[in-house]
Amino acid sequence: MIIAENVFKSFGETKVLKGITTSFYAGKNNLIIGKSGAGKTVLLKLLVGLLAPTQGRILYGERDFTAMDEKAKRAIRMEVGMLFQGSALFDSMTVEENIRFPLDMFTNKTKKEKLDRVNYCLDRVEMEGVNDRYPSETSGGMQKRVGIARAIVLEPKYLFCDEPNSGLDPKTALLIDELIQSITYENNITTVINTHDMNSVMGIGDNIALLNEGQIAWQGNKDEVMDTDNSFLENFIFASPFLQRLRSDALANRRS
Amino acid sequence: MFKSLFFHIGQYLLLLKQALARPEKPAMYWKEMMRQMNDIGIGSLIIICLISVFIGAVTAVQFSYQLQDSFIPAYYIGYIVRDTTIIEMAPMITCLVLAGKVGSNIAAEIGGMRQKEHIDAMEIMGVNTAAYLITPKVLAAIVVIPMLVCIAAFMSITGGLIASVAGGMITQAEYVLGLQSFFVPYNVFMMFVKAVVFAFILTSVAAYQGYYVKGGSIELGAASTQAVVYSNILILLSDYMIAMLLTQ
Ligand SMILES: Nc1ncnc2c1ncn2[C@@H]1O[C@H](COP(=O)(O)OP(=O)(O)OP(=O)(O)O)[C@@H](O)[C@H]1O
Ligand SMILES: [Mg+2]
Repeated sequence: MIIAENVFKSFGETKVLKGITTSFYAGKNNLIIGKSGAGKTVLLKLLVGLLAPTQGRILYGERDFTAMDEKAKRAIRMEVGMLFQGSALFDSMTVEENIRFPLDMFTNKTKKEKLDRVNYCLDRVEMEGVNDRYPSETSGGMQKRVGIARAIVLEPKYLFCDEPNSGLDPKTALLIDELIQSITYENNITTVINTHDMNSVMGIGDNIALLNEGQIAWQGNKDEVMDTDNSFLENFIFASPFLQRLRSDALANRRS
Repeated sequence: MFKSLFFHIGQYLLLLKQALARPEKPAMYWKEMMRQMNDIGIGSLIIICLISVFIGAVTAVQFSYQLQDSFIPAYYIGYIVRDTTIIEMAPMITCLVLAGKVGSNIAAEIGGMRQKEHIDAMEIMGVNTAAYLITPKVLAAIVVIPMLVCIAAFMSITGGLIASVAGGMITQAEYVLGLQSFFVPYNVFMMFVKAVVFAFILTSVAAYQGYYVKGGSIELGAASTQAVVYSNILILLSDYMIAMLLTQ
């Protein structure tokens, strides 16, 4: 479990986050949603320590992450995997070398064991057989999947995904969501996902936090989304006329 | 102005402190160091040789011009070329050239990794990025650049020989006599001190410029230029200080 306690973040005069208090649970897909520029990426970077909060704390279980020095933070990061918004694959390494990098750096496995693990992870994201390609030779969706494979190669306890399915077609997006969901459930990972994709929200949202104006405007799960009377959430989720009609139809059906 | 100067000095020193950590996996650092040694060493060999030959040749020609009609014996050309080369030209010119070639390359490489979030990605994995990205480069340079400087000195002295014999200034025997005269081994020690210090400066300053780069491609270009400018200034400054300290 990860807990954010009254977290503030400003860049100079710009206040991006204004007092975030929330929890992210193990074995659940914890979603952070909000419109573009709401501060989702900033919050995620605070959670993993790439940025430091202006005020407030972040706890990994009982451990106060914010108070740790770099060395102790690094120890926690051994339990963390992250998929970046732009995948952040090392472009001068092949797909295999990318996924193997954490293994090379932190384990004493033999060559064969490492290769097996790499292939298992590639298999897990349905990308077998692309070992020798360079990231530039793969599509955006493939890069995301390789990014996931790299994030899970050390069997993390915490998985962070920044917009895992932005820029992908609906079908591939769905596939990535299902992938993250099954990895989360299988290994009881605390997964935190940034998204503004409504399919993801309705598909895998076990614990959803809506970010608005630097604060959490709503929190709940996907089943509670339909019945919400929270105006922020309504505005955000049922933004298009099409979705509004769908929702009123669904509610009408339920009543009749 | 001074505030920003002190800020950068402080940040640079802190980065170096962070880079001086125990490697997570010595084998990975070793591999990276080998790659860098190859890049810096083999990659710069030809340009360094070429430049050195000409510097030796020019030194010989210029000094023989100055020695004309003087009472100083002509074989002094060999002696003068040897000592200017060893004490000053080989370490300094080599490292100024390498600051341009290797330094800008390091700044662009690390800066690109920063901008493409590769450094963040490594941090998340738990890698000490300051150590992994900087230490192997600095160590590789400290090993390889003194070797290059040595080769540069040899090539420069050879260049002097070729120029003075081909130009009919002195005979080969005279030049060699000059080379063998008044030899002070301490000067070679000075050359190596300079080479090591300059190697450290040009790699660490370039790495610093790249590591903290922000923004986009314009800033990356600026960082790469600054890496060259600042390391050149620092190399000249430390050259002066070493000269003062070691010739007491
Ligand atoms: N390093 C920074 N310096 C200054 N301001 C920043 C910085 N990083 C983010 N911001 C500001 O913080 C706000 C939130 O940005 P963030 O990237 O978190 O948005 P987001 O919710 O992830 O958006 P998107 O869905 O488009 O990715 C933006 O207004 C942005 O300008
Ligand atoms: Mg974002």
